[in-house]
Amino acid sequence: MKKTQITRSEPDEHGHWGRFGGRYVPEILVAPLEELTEEFMRARHGNNFWRELNQLLRDYAGRPTPLFHAERLSAHAGGAQIYLKREDLLHTGAHKINNALGQALLARRMRKQRVIAETGAGQHGVATATVCALFGLRCVIYMGAEDVRRQALNVFRMRLLGAEVITVNAGTRTLKDAINEALRDWATNVHDTYYLLGSALGPHPYPLMVREFQSVIGREAREQILSASGKLPRALIACVGGGSNAIGLFHPFIADERVRLIGVEAGGRGDSLGEHAARFHTAAKSGGGRVGVLQGTMSYVLQDPNGQIGTTHSISAGLDYSAIGPEHAFLHDNGRAEYIRSSDADALEGFELCAKLEGIIPALETSHAIPPAIRVARQLPKDDAIIVNFSGRGDKDVQLVADLKR
Amino acid sequence: MSPIREAFAALKCRGRGGFIPFITAGDPDIATTELLLIELAAAGADIIELGVPFSDPVADGETIQRASERALRKGVTLRDVLTCVARAKQHIDVPIVLFSYFNPLLRFGEDRLANEAKEAGVDAVLVTDLIPEEAQTWIEILVQRGLEPIFLVAPTTSDQRLKEIARQARGFIYAVSRAGVTGARDEMTGDAEALVKRVRSVSDLPVAVGFGISTAEQIRQVWHFAEAAAIGSAIVGEIEKLAGSADLVDRIGEFARSLLAPKTNDSPQQGTLPSRAQR
Repeated sequence: MKKTQITRSEPDEHGHWGRFGGRYVPEILVAPLEELTEEFMRARHGNNFWRELNQLLRDYAGRPTPLFHAERLSAHAGGAQIYLKREDLLHTGAHKINNALGQALLARRMRKQRVIAETGAGQHGVATATVCALFGLRCVIYMGAEDVRRQALNVFRMRLLGAEVITVNAGTRTLKDAINEALRDWATNVHDTYYLLGSALGPHPYPLMVREFQSVIGREAREQILSASGKLPRALIACVGGGSNAIGLFHPFIADERVRLIGVEAGGRGDSLGEHAARFHTAAKSGGGRVGVLQGTMSYVLQDPNGQIGTTHSISAGLDYSAIGPEHAFLHDNGRAEYIRSSDADALEGFELCAKLEGIIPALETSHAIPPAIRVARQLPKDDAIIVNFSGRGDKDVQLVADLKR
Repeated sequence: MSPIREAFAALKCRGRGGFIPFITAGDPDIATTELLLIELAAAGADIIELGVPFSDPVADGETIQRASERALRKGVTLRDVLTCVARAKQHIDVPIVLFSYFNPLLRFGEDRLANEAKEAGVDAVLVTDLIPEEAQTWIEILVQRGLEPIFLVAPTTSDQRLKEIARQARGFIYAVSRAGVTGARDEMTGDAEALVKRVRSVSDLPVAVGFGISTAEQIRQVWHFAEAAAIGSAIVGEIEKLAGSADLVDRIGEFARSLLAPKTNDSPQQGTLPSRAQR
């Protein structure tokens, strides 16, 4: 059955995209979330905020980022032209700074002196520590013990930037547990603390707000591809953990019905629950394909038959998360976006291919999008184009890959 | 009248405040939970809150987090918890409030949960991460089966929302004593009393105060301004300490009795009570 094509993707005033999203939080957090929603809505509809943010994005973060024609990668695919949206060239090395700057401006408007954040790969933690240094705010970063181990370089960077990094030993000791701790901290310190959430997930207004701050990626890419190739791309491809880089690229193209939106989840090392982070996985024992509630939002959530949240595995800390942002769940169910997965091995292949063919080392998260991009390009004529969101640089992963190859 | 309203009505006659202990189901194991329910009822619990273990308890401090982990390691499921309630209820008639995060209930099925919980003898359900704005269907399902939805209010809750929550709530209103997660605290702030006053202005429902209440002295402080005190982490912490003891159930019973009716000469804190608490 063909699904009706949607041309817009906006939540209702309570942050629901259809049945997804919303605000599933302990009562204590409702007031700060309402305060934040008000401040964000005020900022969103005023000119001053955007003027200030755009100037920082340009002068501090380095926007606009180039849309790079990856000719050798395109030749390797033998089909459509592959363009890379170079978010890896931003200050701090990933798209995360777009959102961190936007929210730090809000924190300052709200006169919050203390900022907390969770981080998986460490990129959001580094971005948050960076903007806190810039604005002179106290910064506390929660990071799972497992991620602290595999992203040691980023831990050092955060500390260098003046942030306190708190290792989380609870649960699976990854991103999910870091978010739990950040939420507990926020519930305890609501009055003076701003929670700078890093992905398009969590309770309303975060999924909407993070998308708005990341949509600059798609707006730029749309203009750039039109001026480079004179027409819209046939497909956009981005890796999806919580989903902020993907929704940032996708959103400005939602109404362009002929542009395929392809999200790439972490297929990890197997199909059983615990071996991957593919929330849309439909295999019998994968734990995927189930709608649930985790950390403030209703979305697809990896879980066992008793509703306990599933553990995840991915070679990349940034995709290692049990739930996906609610707007992606919405786009999945109405068929506007497609979600596929790349395994750990696929990601390593993408990592090396990109390094060898283009002289660019991608983050392992970003690397997940490379092999599917080649497959999609291969099926298209040479005068068409596709865009890969090159969400982050791979310096942080070099040691890990070196260890794996040893 | 619902069993919970009856429990509060009975308290009025007895001239003391209510004692609402919380335990995590399945900690240390589900068979012991059944015995603990019976023992807590015998020790004088007016209502018992039974926690459904969850992998990601964001509203809980470390003590209850660890209890959840222990229960999950034993493989305790929501179905086990309901069976445990049904068995305990053959011996006791103290109202039981199921205390859960939303996802395990969703996965079980909201209708099925309401049916099976009612059948097991559960009286009310409190979902920690479900605010009334997201709970319209849920409230209907519960009320239809004769179960009472309990909601939390917090010091940060606005007057406008307080009114709305009071309109949706049944049984009693659970007032969170302070900002933060569950867990014992040495001192009570004035937040709880101020919050209960605000609740009174919008609702006739009894109010229970919880989060951070851990001593007999604090319970008595709460009784001066609210109908009942809920005690979780203190009891769960005792269960953790007594893990493996053959007399765990008896000693938790003793602990509960000491919270409810401290002997004056056994209670070193008695002398430090503020004067209004000694009336």
